[in-house]
Amino acid sequence: MMSRSLKPAGISRRQFLIAGTAVGGGLLVGCASPSPENRLGSKADFPEANGEIALNGWVKISPDGKVTVAVPRSEMGQGVLTSLPMLLVEELDARWEDVTVEQAPVARIYANTALLINVIPFGVDDDSLMARVARSSMQRMGYALSLQVTGGSSSIRDAWEPLRLAGATARGMLIRAAAQKWKVRADDCIAENGVVIYPDTGHKMTFAELAKSAAEQEVPRDVPFKDPSKYKLIGKPVKRLDIPSKTNGSAQFGIDTRLDGMLYAAIAQPPVFGSTVTSFDAASASKMRGVVKVIQIRDGVVVVANSWWRAKQALAEVKISYSSTDHDKLSTADIRKQFEQALQDQSGFGFTNKGDAKDALKDAAKVIESTYWAPYLAHAAMEPINCVAQVQGKKVEIWASTQSPSLAKWKAAQVADVDTDQVTLHVPLLGGGFGRRLEIDMVEQAVAIAKELDGKPVKLVWTREEDTQHDMYRPAALSHFQAAIGKDGRVSAWSNKLVAQSIGYASVKRLMPMAAADTPDKNQIEGAFDIPYGFEHISVKQVRPQVPVPVGSWRSVGHSYNAFFTESFIDELAYAVGQDPYAYRKSLLNEHPRHRIVLQTAAEKAGWGKPLPPGVARGIALHESFGSICAQVAEVSVFEGAVKVHRVVCAIDCGIVVNPDTVEAQMQSSIVFGLSAALFGEITIADGRVEQSSFPSYDVVHMSHMPKVETHIVRNTHAPGGVGEPGTPPIAPAVANAIYALTKQRIKSLPIRLNHA
Amino acid sequence: MHTFNVNGKAVNLDVEDDMPLLWALRDELGMTGTKFGCGVAACGACTVHIDGVATRSCVMPVVAVAGKSVQTIEGQGDPILAKLQAAWVEHQVPQCGYCQSGMLMAATALLRQNPHPTDSDIDDAMTNICRCGTYQRVRAAIHTAAGAKGGQ
Repeated sequence: MMSRSLKPAGISRRQFLIAGTAVGGGLLVGCASPSPENRLGSKADFPEANGEIALNGWVKISPDGKVTVAVPRSEMGQGVLTSLPMLLVEELDARWEDVTVEQAPVARIYANTALLINVIPFGVDDDSLMARVARSSMQRMGYALSLQVTGGSSSIRDAWEPLRLAGATARGMLIRAAAQKWKVRADDCIAENGVVIYPDTGHKMTFAELAKSAAEQEVPRDVPFKDPSKYKLIGKPVKRLDIPSKTNGSAQFGIDTRLDGMLYAAIAQPPVFGSTVTSFDAASASKMRGVVKVIQIRDGVVVVANSWWRAKQALAEVKISYSSTDHDKLSTADIRKQFEQALQDQSGFGFTNKGDAKDALKDAAKVIESTYWAPYLAHAAMEPINCVAQVQGKKVEIWASTQSPSLAKWKAAQVADVDTDQVTLHVPLLGGGFGRRLEIDMVEQAVAIAKELDGKPVKLVWTREEDTQHDMYRPAALSHFQAAIGKDGRVSAWSNKLVAQSIGYASVKRLMPMAAADTPDKNQIEGAFDIPYGFEHISVKQVRPQVPVPVGSWRSVGHSYNAFFTESFIDELAYAVGQDPYAYRKSLLNEHPRHRIVLQTAAEKAGWGKPLPPGVARGIALHESFGSICAQVAEVSVFEGAVKVHRVVCAIDCGIVVNPDTVEAQMQSSIVFGLSAALFGEITIADGRVEQSSFPSYDVVHMSHMPKVETHIVRNTHAPGGVGEPGTPPIAPAVANAIYALTKQRIKSLPIRLNHA
Repeated sequence: MHTFNVNGKAVNLDVEDDMPLLWALRDELGMTGTKFGCGVAACGACTVHIDGVATRSCVMPVVAVAGKSVQTIEGQGDPILAKLQAAWVEHQVPQCGYCQSGMLMAATALLRQNPHPTDSDIDDAMTNICRCGTYQRVRAAIHTAAGAKGGQ
């Protein structure tokens, strides 16, 4: 496999980074290894009820034949409640009709060991020793921290081995139980469709009949996995288990939680970041119908009432004063100026240093230079932020549509001052996550409120306006590029300096302020430090400014802006050297055959180079993220300054495919998400606060904007990659590049705004 | 006291005149299929039918519904809704699913008025927001339920 050829200077710096992480991982872990065998677990992890028999921590069999699979990831539309059971059931050979899912409790075997792989700087086709050591170290760290988190397009990547092993060993135990009863060799028995069969005599027993004695069998070692040619589920468009309930109103989201005697809470948070409540007057609000209590918590003023609408109405009557801050006048223009200054003044941390870009630029016949900008963005998930909590003495129960169950539980325990064992967590469906629900601010708030309510449960719901104005935003970013064109007319050097807040630092600081350090952050520069194009000299540096705007993970994280920057600039270079943008990219991908195939698939399926109706042009973009490679071709027209995207052809290499229909749905989804940002998305700051408040001022793609999306999956047998995010990064540059092809206007700032005379 | 009909059943509610129908349904009647998305009639997650007309319940005061018939996603026996629900499963439309009650109610009203909508009719009628981006499948499912070939 490929590894990038870096000069020693580059390597040593990266080695230093990786060594640090590896040592950190090692210290945390001791000898705990997150091997699939160690993650099998038992009924202690996945408690039995109603006669169920657990064969390990992942699967239980009921007397009526029902097969219940533990799903420790949160369903937010990405199909994880279906794709994870598919892995297990494929190897178990149960009947898919018998399968039901249960949200797993919080336990170490359910930790996400693939999540932290996203924080180390190695590409999907980097199989070097260093890359492998770093990946394994990150897996250990996720396991040691019992990081039960859904994010980073990592669910399948994490579950691929352990869930298939859980299915295969459970099948082995069922077969052994049958063989023991029939006094035959286990190797001569087979399992299919929920039944173990001894073909010689035709003896048959169902999994339900065998479950009890199967549970007493030793866990078989070295069970072989199925040959992929025998797959009945993996690779097939299996219908999602959660969909029927999502068509009749019965699906239960966090906000739908209803409990006996439950109260409702509405919150007003200080509009200026970092400001606090200094005083409030609730005299008239307290007298309003249904109001139970008006309280102050760390994050703001809360009205508790017997209905949420009453709580919200009363909150509008509370007069609140806030402290002033040193950034009461902060604006987006100030932030941009700060970034531009930082670009000038700071040399930045070198993430990639291949060859000598500085020298090459000095010797260049021509230098192409460009600066790009991307704004802050809100997540705007459809289900407004909410959490239900009940604190009864030392007993805490929470209902949170969260991406971070283990962190939610830990935070609830901390706020209620109890042990985590005292906290029961329920994870209902998530009405969208996109990274916003990795944060646990709503859990902290709900538990703080519940503590004041004498054991009564309370449902905290934010208004859409609070949701928009108190997000952890996708960071704004400024990216400067220089390319050296030699006397031979070829690009010899690519130099890139990126200014953006560190998401890693911001996230850790919120969780554990003492542990937070503003160190080099891969997530900030991902997709920029590791461009696949084979230039002789590459320099990529990061500058991490401090800004009081809170930032967090937003679907595809750093890739979301870096793909726009790098894929726009490579397009500029194609034109600068007089080449076709597709052919030019392709010519630079000799060291990355997987990228090349993906790019070629998108171009060919889109009919690249073939005539289009007048006024329509194509743009192309390629980007690797979360272990997958995605290319898109957008067909775009412009009418009176308005951009219309007609068609998007998307090619994705996500390694082994579990559910192709889900992959297609996630590509459509990611493209719409990225297109909303490209066409409309912008959070601006004025007077220290966010100017946008609800959908009218934070607009997104509607049905009428929807392009026809065609997805082409590049099939191969590489390890599974992510699919929840990799479709988002390429769409903005694909559209912007099409606009250039059409109008010769280079879009250097998002959202796209055209100058039209 | 406000008296109206929800999914064929009479209800009496002693709530403020200006309580939006959305919150009467969700918090007073415990019918959580209708969703809160924005509270300003922008996103359509709260769409219900009032006397057959698709309406955003988050800005519809309960007093304005007196004597009227409200149909929500939980209502059964509407053949158009049933056809759409089947098409929604066939096309595997929902992702997170949060906006889908509103989408289905908007689509039901559309097909009731216009049994064979064109793509442009769908663009005009389906103004609901979906952050997961299910629009393409919503469109295809509406065409399927209408008995026509999807998209063109």
